[in-house]
Amino acid sequence: MADTASLQYTEEHEWVAVDGDIATIGITAYAAEQLGDVVYLDLPSVGQVVTAGTVVGEIESTKSVGELYAPVDGEVVAVNEAAVASPELVNAEPFDGGWLIRVRFGSLPTSLLTADEYATRTGA
Amino acid sequence: MTDRVDTTTDTQLDAPVAPKRSPLHAVHEAAGATFTDFGGWLMPVRYDSDLAEHHAVRSAAGLFDISHMAELAITGQQAAAFLDAALAANVSAIALSRAKYTMILEPDGGVIDDLIVYHNAPGEYLVVANAGNRDVVVAELAERIRGFDASLHDGTEAIALLAVQGPRAEEVLRATDGLAEDPAVAMGHTIADLPYYACMGVRFRGAAVLLARTGYTGEDGFELFVEAGRAAELWAALTDAGAPFGLVPCGLAARDTLRLEAGMPLYGHELTRDTLPAQAGLGRVVPLKTKTADFVGRAAVEAGPADGAPVLVGLAAEGRRAARAGYDVLDADGARIGVVTSGALSPTLGYPIAMAMIDPASAAVGTALAIDVRGTALPARVVPLPFYTRPDRTA
Repeated sequence: MADTASLQYTEEHEWVAVDGDIATIGITAYAAEQLGDVVYLDLPSVGQVVTAGTVVGEIESTKSVGELYAPVDGEVVAVNEAAVASPELVNAEPFDGGWLIRVRFGSLPTSLLTADEYATRTGA
Repeated sequence: MTDRVDTTTDTQLDAPVAPKRSPLHAVHEAAGATFTDFGGWLMPVRYDSDLAEHHAVRSAAGLFDISHMAELAITGQQAAAFLDAALAANVSAIALSRAKYTMILEPDGGVIDDLIVYHNAPGEYLVVANAGNRDVVVAELAERIRGFDASLHDGTEAIALLAVQGPRAEEVLRATDGLAEDPAVAMGHTIADLPYYACMGVRFRGAAVLLARTGYTGEDGFELFVEAGRAAELWAALTDAGAPFGLVPCGLAARDTLRLEAGMPLYGHELTRDTLPAQAGLGRVVPLKTKTADFVGRAAVEAGPADGAPVLVGLAAEGRRAARAGYDVLDADGARIGVVTSGALSPTLGYPIAMAMIDPASAAVGTALAIDVRGTALPARVVPLPFYTRPDRTA
């Protein structure tokens, strides 16, 4: 089980786990619950260069479509094919098996939130 | 990540009115429901998973709170004659205990609302309208009733409406503790033999309940009208009885995917003020041949829609990307020929389905079209409605 307290977060309800120069990115349990049952993922391709703050994909539920923002500048090095095949993983394990993309980055933006700051944002 | 669900609110000079609450609100909160404002009422969207709720209705049974719907009681010597003039249905031909799906129209034939009219007691009719159209329907009926020896009473906020829908719905009702048949109010029916689009009185621990075999899911099912004060007790009794049959509470999200699969229109999507019944495939719902009485909108319906006016079709696509209301429909050359009115990835069928209003020239079953899904053209073809028919019924 991911240690959600040690993750970093964005204003757009994404979590970021940093390991060296690789950032693993997903959406939070709060976001997954707001969306409802996720039925389709539109993710960037491996090798795609992404810019922080831009929309790089979509997370689609039965009732709505959420946008996936890149939280960092970098290059996509992995995409969660298991989640693409079984989008319900995003609801079942938003912080674990439901991760979305991994990006090799240069430097982390200073705007990322701590777990406490994110909790305040969602009124947890 | 941000939602692209439309959450715009109207800009008003007055402060927005808080949504109304169902008599079952506390029950839904306790069950962990997520809520939305629908037609001015705070109603459950889902309890746990809308896909699980949808599948439960198709395979077992689902329990819905639809207390936001408007219930209007019409009484008086000329109740039937008034409704004949006000609505499209041949109301005076509806036998006691029977019901009809119908519409209330503008003089130009445009649909104000779709309704069910129940002949629920001698000399009395119950008109059930959509929550979002309650005010306009009441206003129109109050206007149209002038000159008739009839009365209109809006009982909406005193009445709760529950629905049990699914192949095991009847078993659930028969197992519900406290729900009893009473020949004095049954209008000749039993629960087991109650025909589709018929109603009967029953009792729930002494309280009067109107039980109707109507629904909005494409499955067998029942709707139960009960006084608001007894709603929570009835909900609990149905829940307890339904547990061994797989009954689960279901919200508006599942309700929408179920009715879409069943090809049923939703006001504000397939039906609007700018739509004549025939455009939405509801021409046969207006009984021009058997109803001689004049009614508001009759002349326009008889004249028919203008040449080339858009018509409602069903669309089926491949893959798993849903088309949604407002997306453009394109022909084989990429020209815009219409718009999606409702769409979803069908939980039962496993592919994207949509209803759309399009140029009649492209409406033949089998026509290859495309839907503009946020910039990508999704190939789709015209298919007959409904998309889904339950196994024990012919289409």
